[in-house]
Amino acid sequence: MGLTGLAIFKQLPKTNCKECGHPTCLAFAMALASGKASLDSCPHVSDEAKEALDSASAPPIASLKIGTGDNELTVGGETVLFRHEKRFENMTGIAICVSDNEDVAAKVDDINKLFFDRVGQTHNVNLVAVKNDSADAGKFAEAVKAAHDKSNFPLILITEDPAAAEKALEVCASGKPLLYGATSDNYEAMTELAKKNEVVLGVRGNDLNSLADLVEKIQELGYKQLVIDSGSREVNKVLADQTQMRRQALRKFRPFGYPTLTVVENDDPIQAVADASVYISKYSGIVVYPSADPAEILPLVTLRLNIYTDPQKPIAVESKVHEVGTPDENSPVFITTNFSLSYFCVEGDVEAGRISGYILPVDTDGISVLTGWAAGKFTPEKITDMLKETGMADKVNHNTIIIPGGVAVLSGKLEELSGWKVMVGPRESTGIPSFMKQRWNA
Amino acid sequence: MAVNIVKEKWTSKVGEVVLGTENTVTMGGESTLPFLHFEGAIPHRPVMALEVWDMEPAEWPEPVKEPFAGVMSDPVAWAKKNVEYGADIIALRLQSANPDFEDTTPEKCAETAKAVAEAVNVPLIILGCGAEEKDAEILPVVGEALSGKNCLIGPATENNYKTLTATCLVHGHSIIASSPLDINLAKQLNILITEMNLPADKIVIDPLVGALGYGIEYCYSIMERSRLGALMGDKMLSMPIFCNVGQEAWKAKEAKAEDMPEWGEQKKRAVLWEVITSSAMAQSGGSLFILRHPESVKQLKVHFDKLMQSNEY
Repeated sequence: MGLTGLAIFKQLPKTNCKECGHPTCLAFAMALASGKASLDSCPHVSDEAKEALDSASAPPIASLKIGTGDNELTVGGETVLFRHEKRFENMTGIAICVSDNEDVAAKVDDINKLFFDRVGQTHNVNLVAVKNDSADAGKFAEAVKAAHDKSNFPLILITEDPAAAEKALEVCASGKPLLYGATSDNYEAMTELAKKNEVVLGVRGNDLNSLADLVEKIQELGYKQLVIDSGSREVNKVLADQTQMRRQALRKFRPFGYPTLTVVENDDPIQAVADASVYISKYSGIVVYPSADPAEILPLVTLRLNIYTDPQKPIAVESKVHEVGTPDENSPVFITTNFSLSYFCVEGDVEAGRISGYILPVDTDGISVLTGWAAGKFTPEKITDMLKETGMADKVNHNTIIIPGGVAVLSGKLEELSGWKVMVGPRESTGIPSFMKQRWNA
Repeated sequence: MAVNIVKEKWTSKVGEVVLGTENTVTMGGESTLPFLHFEGAIPHRPVMALEVWDMEPAEWPEPVKEPFAGVMSDPVAWAKKNVEYGADIIALRLQSANPDFEDTTPEKCAETAKAVAEAVNVPLIILGCGAEEKDAEILPVVGEALSGKNCLIGPATENNYKTLTATCLVHGHSIIASSPLDINLAKQLNILITEMNLPADKIVIDPLVGALGYGIEYCYSIMERSRLGALMGDKMLSMPIFCNVGQEAWKAKEAKAEDMPEWGEQKKRAVLWEVITSSAMAQSGGSLFILRHPESVKQLKVHFDKLMQSNEY
């Protein structure tokens, strides 16, 4: 990334041996530059050249995996400062913290319930963070074991005591936890443990400078599976540090080229959620959160979903019959598209009008009403198909459907094809309540 | 190792808008991205208004009605209550004027607005009834009745901005320039309004925000892009951003659902919906938040005050 084909070509052996599958070294260099080939396919490249090219082509922020199996979490791999520039890649991992001084099993039970359904998709927290508050290595290992046995989520081991870390890793290293962490006092022992157990190591500094120092020392020990924390805990400072770390990483300042970790420490639960909302919005790879109260977690999981939505790919809702209120055979049938925003607008405004009804979001690959119509994806044929497939004729005893005002032009063809009577609704969904009062009930 | 702090060199800043006469409230003026004190000036904490309706809002969920028990049918008493609750500004919504509700006359609206203005000593926002045509009838009359009070009036859309801009010009108010989730439409409306000679420091941008879980990502990025535009010198994107959070947040299923134990306690969850929608928008550049629940105002004040503390290196 960032290197031109010619810059890469200079580092290659220039023998044109063809062993990489490309006709010339220059062609291979071009393929490398566009990400279509890997340097591994060149058998003759020198080690020096390899290192130079590897570090130049490495992504600005490493992408790492924590845990195993279905709940394995990928963090990092980010490439931009603002989501509109491209997208944020890997959703912030949300970790719920449990102290080894409390009833671990009970809290893990609560954490295991933090799954939320949102328009056909499940969203959940990602990690259980066990914290060594007791300062007792044996007690910590027991707590870690309890969490490891009871939860499928990967663990974060929060301890700065290498002895406690070692004991805890004995019971859970197979689950590939995040070991958090290394500080300037213990980094050699912690790095050793992380290497031996092949787990990601969390590194905590006291500020940006000490963090950069510490990361360099650990890199010199030959370990690069790192997650970094500047040590700030107040929201105003965390915001500044997160912004700096992301900016510096994108400018290829290597000590900050890792996913970040933030810790929410706020005694007021509402403030804690507000702090976490800042960390999710501003670059945090992992947020360690103190509570498992679903009222606090639901807004955070939702915000994370929104912020990490790919701006180039609209979110779609499931194309099926959605019921609002308690509709019966007399209830109205609204047609819209499965672009989530179109659907939510219609749903919200049908609800606001205290109307019970059916909403049919036609599958337009998640694009909006007018765009869908213009792109030939919101057509009389598609609407007719959906009416048939969902058996709407059996659900209601009338034969009227309401279409968005913006696509009034579909009416004629749609009536002809579907046999339903088409009523043209308002152009904006906010007009639905008054439209219904004036037209449907009349 | 001393890390070199990266500071962007922005060439411009967000414009300031002042509301009210005696106890004025100022917003905007930032010369960097939200709350990055290490890089530029953040002169004003985001501003919070609490809504007052001129009719009892039937569809508000229980948790947001409860703090206003006994005052919801009396806009003056409700407005006073909001001041007690710590609102920086009162946002009076003339909902009853909507033809679908009571179709209240412009004169009656003006009377209500005047009574509210006289009862409180904080600046006023006057929000129309949601029907563009009717708003163009009532807001000029209300604007005249409040002449000189330096209120914020809207929403002005591409269809009724002329009437509203004229009212603001004549009676010294500021305008809410409202356009649906599109940075170019926002810019265009600002150009049209300034071409009528209303100065840029009398305009706020309303991108018609969505709530957390209901399209917040669109307005988040539009607000972020507007702020970047303002910092890079685009004067037609330099106005503070108005976020009508309350009406969206309290429409969300997550705020309304009563019987969902797996989502946690309703009141806490509902207030959080309003708070987190606002905190996220503050991170992308929102300056003015219209809220409904007093607890949200209280909590956001603590949150914003903390973010207003320095983070210089």
